[in-house]
Amino acid sequence: MHISEGVLSGPVLGAGAALAAAGTAVGLKTLDYEKIAGAALLAAGFFVASLIHVPLGPGNVHLILNGIVGLLLGWGAFPALLVALLLQAVLFQYGGLTALGVNVLIMAVPGLVCYYLFRSMLWKSARLRIAAGFGCGFLGVLLAGLIAAAALVISEESFLEVAGLILAAHVPVMFIEGIVSASGVAFIHKVQPSLLPGGPPR
Amino acid sequence: MIEEVFAVGTSRIHRVDPRHRVVFAAVFSVQTAIGKEPAALILALAAALVLVLAARLDARRVLQRSVPVLAFLMLLWLVLPWTVPGRPWLTTGPLSASMEGVRLSWQISLKSISILLALMALTATMTAATLGHALHHLGVPEKIVSLLMITYRYLFVIEAEFTRLWRAAKVRGFRPRTNLHSYRTYAYLVGMLFVRASDRAERVYAAMRCRGFKGKFYTLAVFPAGRDTVWFSLGMSGLAIAMAAAEWTATV
Repeated sequence: MHISEGVLSGPVLGAGAALAAAGTAVGLKTLDYEKIAGAALLAAGFFVASLIHVPLGPGNVHLILNGIVGLLLGWGAFPALLVALLLQAVLFQYGGLTALGVNVLIMAVPGLVCYYLFRSMLWKSARLRIAAGFGCGFLGVLLAGLIAAAALVISEESFLEVAGLILAAHVPVMFIEGIVSASGVAFIHKVQPSLLPGGPPR
Repeated sequence: MIEEVFAVGTSRIHRVDPRHRVVFAAVFSVQTAIGKEPAALILALAAALVLVLAARLDARRVLQRSVPVLAFLMLLWLVLPWTVPGRPWLTTGPLSASMEGVRLSWQISLKSISILLALMALTATMTAATLGHALHHLGVPEKIVSLLMITYRYLFVIEAEFTRLWRAAKVRGFRPRTNLHSYRTYAYLVGMLFVRASDRAERVYAAMRCRGFKGKFYTLAVFPAGRDTVWFSLGMSGLAIAMAAAEWTATV
């Protein structure tokens, strides 16, 4: 869910860049050098996951997983996603330099919301954990879509219909991400619980 | 496969100092993104085409890379002319396309394509490692540069890791379909990818510590100034001034 270059208005691009920079600054504070490698490797994981296409009926959709990245990194998701999106812009020309701030917000803010909403649900019961995982995937895409739609509509009121179409197209993606994230979180909990926030130290 | 298809070359653009390319790519992108006047935007598109030609990029690859943006623009062209209120331009039955809608679609198309092409010619013509060095020289915070370099370094490793897991799943007879089993399998693959990534991160950090990592990447890259850099910077500055002038004369 990238917003291309040249679509958004100047003020929206500027505000997006400023907010993304603020989030990144906070994120960098939480990432000491011990954690940089971990964040970088997760950023690489996010990048690769976005190349994985899962079948949906006759077509396919690619994974986003910003909710899980947020859950695992908290505020650190801002710099990690910034770097991943910058690499996508440079390597594939998905998105670009001016929309980078807005695109970081689209991915990182939902991740951060998931982190605060769901991290305490991970350690109570298996059922809550599944719910938290599903929430991460579902809400991650839903909020991303809403932020993208807001950026479009604030830029240009006539984008309302286009924004609606984009949001509608992402409804099935929300469910798929929810299912994948729920199983993914359950898997990580089983295999390496120390990765999850509040998990036991290794 | 992750490939840097434009990164290696011998064109004039490839010889320009990467720092200058990054700075002018940013200036060009911002100026085009906030531009409004047709004259300025047409100038931007012409300049972007010249840059792509000067970088001698493979036309087929350029088209391939443009597909996502073109698809999005197509969506805009299908919706905007009919939904933006304004004077009718073309009426078919109950629907009428407005002048304003068509103008907006044109404006966005020009901007998107110009920035996309310029980005291909200017920033995709260096490896991400060179980009990291250039950003470092331009004063981007150490931690971001470190993050960028490590992410880039391990991107290919993680991708290879995924290919391996995927092949293993295939060998065991996994066929992706639209069902819960498939989605769960994908989740386990990605979960494994993240677990392996974090395991690797610990080894990487330990190895970095062993080599004396103190939170600073020393970049030995030096970018000698050549004649290409001078001409490039003069040309791009001229373009920026011309675009600003086109915007300014239209508003006066």
